[in-house]
Amino acid sequence: MSQADRSCDSANCENRASVHLTQVVDNQASTQYLCKACAEAKGVGPLLAPEKAVMELVSHVVDGDGRQEGGACDFCGQTTADFKESGRMGCPECYTSFETLSRRLLRRIHGSSEHVGKVYVPPDPDGFVSGRQVADLGRRLERAIEAEDFERAAVLRDQIRGLDAARSR
Amino acid sequence: MTDAEAVGGLGLRWLGADGPDADIVLSTRVRLARNLQGHRFASRTDMDERRRIRDRVARLVDSPSLPGGARFLTMEGLEAHSRRILLERRLVSHDLVGRVDGAEPTGTALLAWPDAPVSAMVNEEDHLRLQCLVSGLSAVDAWSLVDRLDVGLGSELPLAFHHDFGYLTSCPTNAGTGLRASALVHLPALVLTKEIGRVLAGLDRLGLTHRGVEGEGSRFTGNFFQLSNQTTLGKSEEDLIEHFGRTVDSVVEKEREARQVLLNAGPRMEDLIWRAYGLLRHARLLGYRDLSELLSGVRLGVSLGVLKAPAIGSLNRMMVFTQAAHLDEAAGSALSAEERRCHRAEYVRAALRDLGEASTSDAAL
Repeated sequence: MSQADRSCDSANCENRASVHLTQVVDNQASTQYLCKACAEAKGVGPLLAPEKAVMELVSHVVDGDGRQEGGACDFCGQTTADFKESGRMGCPECYTSFETLSRRLLRRIHGSSEHVGKVYVPPDPDGFVSGRQVADLGRRLERAIEAEDFERAAVLRDQIRGLDAARSR
Repeated sequence: MTDAEAVGGLGLRWLGADGPDADIVLSTRVRLARNLQGHRFASRTDMDERRRIRDRVARLVDSPSLPGGARFLTMEGLEAHSRRILLERRLVSHDLVGRVDGAEPTGTALLAWPDAPVSAMVNEEDHLRLQCLVSGLSAVDAWSLVDRLDVGLGSELPLAFHHDFGYLTSCPTNAGTGLRASALVHLPALVLTKEIGRVLAGLDRLGLTHRGVEGEGSRFTGNFFQLSNQTTLGKSEEDLIEHFGRTVDSVVEKEREARQVLLNAGPRMEDLIWRAYGLLRHARLLGYRDLSELLSGVRLGVSLGVLKAPAIGSLNRMMVFTQAAHLDEAAGSALSAEERRCHRAEYVRAALRDLGEASTSDAAL
């Protein structure tokens, strides 16, 4: 029998257990299998679904930093209030329109707001955009070297080389 | 092309069980969330914009940047039954199909290849959800294949990318690499030894999240769990994949250890395996949940060598072809719930009969 089939451990409750409550008392861990109602009666939950946890985080960050970035996204018209309601950005430009908020939120979700993965090179890259990207990466490379973060510096150097190579193709 | 031809052999390559640790890790999936620059995200698009996005992708079907032989299937162009087949093969999401079944605007599609394990959903939560689904614990292979598709699509369509934040996605939880690796794992011994809670909690600390096989918030069925990475930003794709592969591998090792402990602890596990096999071999009515639980026992038996047959690949096929839409397809009509249970049991009995007896040692009895 899998744990999912257990009935609730509470006395006189026949409901199916859906919550595993592990408690440590005097260094002894014990696990109880409870139905949702009994878990809530014991003060556990209501449990947050991952989606709900993100919504709460968005709400928290919007109420904090979002206030500085009022108005609407130039491209799609989404406001921070819309964002708080849906938990979704309206368009790619929203990340720039609400850059401070985005940075704070990404840091809270991922522990970082700096992408260190693949650098995308668009088809027929616009020289101006690529030039700006390279200049920007150059500044971040300098900062990384100043901070003696050589691992990060190596990644940034590779990104610059990738963009340079793409521009010269 | 008829629906049956269009859907054909799509999404079945992982069934062959030819990947590493395929007895425990049924499949590995790597997906990339991508969006087109200059378009609003799905939550703010209207039907017209969704169609324009879909048309831009459709035009690439014969592009030399993509592998040849692509099929572009619009969801409203398929019958509901065929869409359910794609859903059961995990090639499309409820979200992609749901928009068609409900009253909401459509405009969704699937780009897929019959002879490659890669595909892309169009107009899901993100404009493009690229994925690669392979057998066993093969995150590196899956990443490399889906990366190739990403490079091809990205060389034809301008993707939304920010120099600091990486690939931009509708939900900030996917931004950065847009990469989500997930493995469908079978962990019966960790469940039986009650180690599973500790192992899953440990995974949480290592940045991996878990859920039941039927999707978010669903209950665990048949000791099958889906493990995936939690964060997508701040690490390179290679680092994410390497960490994911290593962590899932450690879970596989723990499961193997627990199996040995149980096997050495007396006849209980062997009994459980043979009971599961016996029920599958003789049952006349089978619900899908019952089947999952019993296949779990048989899979364990085959993996440990307690049962000599069926092969793991055959068990994978049973999991896929006994789902509702697949049974309807085989019967050529929409079955009632009771008929499905009957057809399911019949399918399994026939499959086990064709594969021969599970143990030669019992042949003399």
